[in-house]
Amino acid sequence: MGLNNREDEKVMSLSLRENLQTVADPVHLQSSVEEVFATMLGAQCEMVPCAGSTPTETITSVVGFGGVLTGACVFRCSEATALAIAARLTGMSFTELDDTVKDAIGEIGNMLAGAWKGKVPELSARCGLSIPAVITGSNYNIHVQAPEFRLHHCYRFDASVFEVTIICDGLQ
Amino acid sequence: MSETRVLIVDDSSVMRKIVERALRQAGLEPLVVLEAGSGVEGLEALRANQVQLILSDINMPSMDGLEFLRQLRAQNLADGVPVVMITTESSEEHVRQAIQSGAQGYIRKPFTADQVKERVLPLIAA
Repeated sequence: MGLNNREDEKVMSLSLRENLQTVADPVHLQSSVEEVFATMLGAQCEMVPCAGSTPTETITSVVGFGGVLTGACVFRCSEATALAIAARLTGMSFTELDDTVKDAIGEIGNMLAGAWKGKVPELSARCGLSIPAVITGSNYNIHVQAPEFRLHHCYRFDASVFEVTIICDGLQ
Repeated sequence: MSETRVLIVDDSSVMRKIVERALRQAGLEPLVVLEAGSGVEGLEALRANQVQLILSDINMPSMDGLEFLRQLRAQNLADGVPVVMITTESSEEHVRQAIQSGAQGYIRKPFTADQVKERVLPLIAA
């Protein structure tokens, strides 16, 4: 006999909670970054220690998660790294953070968020993605009070460095 | 050789260009590309133009790719024209919904030019 929706959700909730270690496994984030950058940019990424200070001018893409997991995938880099990523992605060259560069950084965030949730079967179908929001400026922080878990990695390809953060503030 | 007319529906202009480049790398030349930034724009493009292939994102503002697919089938806007979804959403459920809504193919982002070639060329040849 099949489960009704409420019972189904309960089983899924228990499953996700019980599998918190799997959901929050840093390996998923690392393989997602490597996959997206190798496939779309032809770039081999190396995980590096995160520096204490961030560049003054940064560009950030935020893709929200909704459903059985709520939170966000946050991608942040310097202007120089954003120009390098956009150039690799499009085959064009850029000298400033124009709309195409912002669009490229939004798409990188979108693909990282999709790849990351795709690594966990329980999340893949039951966690939706928002349209990417792109923020530019200086001296800003994204603060989430008491997250369930937070993964924060820094990577380098060529001379370009970027940060990727997965913040989970709700897990059903 | 006659040209192939393709509609690419994606809210990201960068992604539309990447898909176009992948189609050209797949040997789809001569190629005429029509672009739309949403499902609504996609439907408008199909009212005014004939195409041989439609590639659409799913996660878009104003009208998502699945609704676009349902609308174009309901309005008989592109009868017999194959539709391939290109999206970050990769679950079995999303694939099932896309196929039920009338898609003939599914490509997950990130993708390689070879994957585009593999999924798209048989549909053009059919």
